[in-house]
Amino acid sequence: MSELLQFLISGVTVGAIYAAIALGFTLIYNASGVVNFAQGEFVVIGGMTAAALIAAGVPVILAAPIAVVAGTLVGILLYRLAIRPAGQAPLVTLIIITIGASIFLRGAMQAVFDKQIHRYDGFSGDAPLRVGGATILPQSLWIVGGSIAVFAFLAWFLNRTRAGRGIKATASNRMAAALVGINTGRAMNLSFALSAGIGALAGVLATPVTFTSYDVGVLMALKGFSATMLGGVGSPLGALAGGLLIGLIEALTAGYISSDYKDAAAFIVILLVLFLRPQGLFGARIVERV
Amino acid sequence: MAGQGTTTDVAPAGTGRREYSKSEGAGRRRIGPGLRTFLIFVALVALGALIFPSSYFYRVGTLVWINTLAVTGIVVLLGYVGLVSLGHAGFFAIGAYVTAIGPNYGIPSPLAMAGGVALAGLLALIVGRPILKLSGYYLAIATLGLGMLIWMVLSKEAWLTGGPDGMVVSGMNARNLFKMVGLSLKSAEAWYWVAGLVAAIGAAIAVNLAGSPSGRALRAIHDSDVAARSLGVDVAKAKSRAFVISAIYAAVAGALLALANGYITPDTGGFMHSVEMVTMAVLGGAASVYGALVGALILTALPQVLTVFADYEHMVLGGIMVLTMILMRRGLVPFIADLWNRRKS
Amino acid sequence: MTRQAVAAGVSALALLAGAPAIAEIKIGATLAVTGPAAFLGDPEAKTLEMLVEELNANGGIDGEEVELVLYDDGGDPNKARTFATRLIEEDEVVAVIGGSTTGATMAMAPLFADYEIPFISLAGAVVIIDPVQEYVFKTPHTDRMACEKIFADITARGLTKVGMISGTGGFGASMREQCLDVAGAAGVEIVADETYGPNDSDMTPQLTNIAGTDGVEAVVNPGFGQGPAVVTRNYAQLGLEMPFYQSHGVASDEFIKLAGDAAEGVRLPATPLLIPDQLAEDDVQRQPVQDYIAAYEAAYGEKPSTFGGYAYDAFHLLTHAIREAGAEDPAAIRDAIEAIEGHAGVTGVYSFTPEDHMGLDLSAFRILEIKDGGWTPVEQ
Repeated sequence: MSELLQFLISGVTVGAIYAAIALGFTLIYNASGVVNFAQGEFVVIGGMTAAALIAAGVPVILAAPIAVVAGTLVGILLYRLAIRPAGQAPLVTLIIITIGASIFLRGAMQAVFDKQIHRYDGFSGDAPLRVGGATILPQSLWIVGGSIAVFAFLAWFLNRTRAGRGIKATASNRMAAALVGINTGRAMNLSFALSAGIGALAGVLATPVTFTSYDVGVLMALKGFSATMLGGVGSPLGALAGGLLIGLIEALTAGYISSDYKDAAAFIVILLVLFLRPQGLFGARIVERV
Repeated sequence: MAGQGTTTDVAPAGTGRREYSKSEGAGRRRIGPGLRTFLIFVALVALGALIFPSSYFYRVGTLVWINTLAVTGIVVLLGYVGLVSLGHAGFFAIGAYVTAIGPNYGIPSPLAMAGGVALAGLLALIVGRPILKLSGYYLAIATLGLGMLIWMVLSKEAWLTGGPDGMVVSGMNARNLFKMVGLSLKSAEAWYWVAGLVAAIGAAIAVNLAGSPSGRALRAIHDSDVAARSLGVDVAKAKSRAFVISAIYAAVAGALLALANGYITPDTGGFMHSVEMVTMAVLGGAASVYGALVGALILTALPQVLTVFADYEHMVLGGIMVLTMILMRRGLVPFIADLWNRRKS
Repeated sequence: MTRQAVAAGVSALALLAGAPAIAEIKIGATLAVTGPAAFLGDPEAKTLEMLVEELNANGGIDGEEVELVLYDDGGDPNKARTFATRLIEEDEVVAVIGGSTTGATMAMAPLFADYEIPFISLAGAVVIIDPVQEYVFKTPHTDRMACEKIFADITARGLTKVGMISGTGGFGASMREQCLDVAGAAGVEIVADETYGPNDSDMTPQLTNIAGTDGVEAVVNPGFGQGPAVVTRNYAQLGLEMPFYQSHGVASDEFIKLAGDAAEGVRLPATPLLIPDQLAEDDVQRQPVQDYIAAYEAAYGEKPSTFGGYAYDAFHLLTHAIREAGAEDPAAIRDAIEAIEGHAGVTGVYSFTPEDHMGLDLSAFRILEIKDGGWTPVEQ
């Protein structure tokens, strides 16, 4: 019994990280129809910036927000310099652009920071808490709490605020949105900024558990992309569910079947879900951009 | 800026190819487009052999042709039909690994190679149907997942594949092929010729396919699934066929790489390799085999050039990808062909 | 235009080949300076650059300058092979150091036999030198030796039942296989065998399974990079108290920093590089170890790692051989390397023979235990 609990705790911790990344994907997709493969780099920027600041003696309470702001700024730059100039490009062009941007950012981080693996202490210490025979790190609670908070924020923001509704309208029909007076440019800007900020926050929260280095972004993006598509692209609920689900599948496969094929199990589930339900678990039927 | 004209038009990639062939239509009446492409490619292979001063150049040249071949498959899938695959390195690796494993079980290299290509094609046929029902990003994640699964099997089943460190490929040397016809070449030169000739044949087949009725069906799907269906095209079957063909291209290229390198690792089936293949296609221009060649040439030679400032290699590479896609959305070859046409008129 | 002229043009324009060469000795290297194996290749590259500078400042080899031509293969075997070809054909080096990873090394290896150029690999797996390839040497211990050393320490503690949790990267997978292979002969029984991906962030499920296996008395974790640090933290998180062993893949201060308090009590086989001040006065490795650490800290402001040490030894073995054999004939350099006996490096004392192209025995490995955030040799 305590075994199962431990597996679940592991799955939820890891899944919450995937979910936070997937939520970043979702926001940008909602505004622009772009799946941003550079999303993983924001996670790294957040983690590396926080690690560098904390190593330099800046207290966490300052370092964490600065890292998130740094990620946000890079997000805005990414939009202005790489995505906006591309205009209404076909999907494969956008994929290559964001992958190119992620390679560029990886190179930049290697130059700005270093090639070492980094970590800092958990916000509430590293002493594990005991829960019914299993253990959980306090930082895991921060991660899970952070993901839920981001999810709640997005759900509120997209449905209840003017700016958020602007983003949604921009996504469904940019021209119509512009015609009814929505500043679509600002909506896009905002979505990239927020999404990058969310990614950086995920990095800041996760680094005490996952560690970070300049080149882990690809992997983060892959997991986040998988979670996004499993849940259904464009749905915050889907992103949250997709992330947690992949984390749980991995942990339970490692626990009960074979740790060798835990990543494979996640991909098999994704493929099966897509065969049966091509729009993902929570996705609406999408209008294809060609 | 020349890019202006294309920022609003979302022209199907197919137009680039047509314009391109128009621009050199002079010899068209006498020899078919496939044969013409073959001859152009062979001429380029020979040109390389003429100017290359050392085995190192032959080595890079060999990689260029092998990549061209693999990317030609992407051209068929992406340029002709408009389907994005982020998992084609998986097929590449299947071709490579079966070629590598065969001799360990007493199967001669050429037979193993054929087996690997057949296996890749068969797998594409089986998984193609359900996967190709998806579109857009869902197709991308499904192909990505497929590629990842292949990669995982290759890196975990160490008893068969040597695991993540890879395995030695014993078997034939291209040198012996040329010895049979009385030519004595260095091993690097021999592989260069083999890779170049296979790439030329692959390009010719792809060009002929584009001109055939089924090629036109593929192009119709590129424009619109619905429209193609209304023209009586069996969309599912045509997509599946393109998928299988492109998988076969990747597998042949993989088999060649395995033999030319004499060593193979699971990374050949990894996500980054899939991305690299698609990037080559899009960079050069996914609509034509010449795009495949130019894309493969640039991305293969670039890291060799960039060794001078290795620290910034990633930044330069990423920057080039982004800029090309923004300024020359349809890729280099159509872009230059446009410029050329404009200057002439 | 002659063929040569065109060729020269192609070389110069298309490939921006290296600076014009004056009479000097060229040594090549292709390392994983970036990419997933960067923490191997980065200190290796820094070490080589530092040593070349130092050597030239002291007059080079018999008055001739040494030039290092270094390429970054990112750990990609395909690139490594291309760079190896380039080093041999274009840069005309007399010897090559490198291959941070086993995959890169094995992809290059056949070339050196073809061209008769000596090659010293910095990668771990036993396949590099077994079977022996005429022109291929290596400086690190094999993963097989690491397993033997660890198992010897486990049995010395009176334990026999071992649980393994291995990384699935090249290093972990290869060492896992070797450990499974030598377990029987070493008198231990592997009762649990789990794995994790190199970038995984939580290994508690695997460790829970190991802890739940009947009779496990000790746990061994082959792997490198961040994985072992995560495993170590998870090990402490779950409150496991069985003796816990890491591999030489994480033998660096970096590991203690990443794993924190959780690293206390962890044992691993390592080189003397980690315990410079605890080496006996008459230890032949004391001098090279202290020299290397002092030079590296002066050059880069940080402590060298075990992996940099492999490069340090490779460079000194190679320059020693060039002094013996001259820089004219690579085959003679190869012979000189093979003839080296009793060379005290930072990793161990090397004695090569035609049958042994690594030249180290088990004594080069020392079992260290992490105590109070530092390394302590385990008395044996």
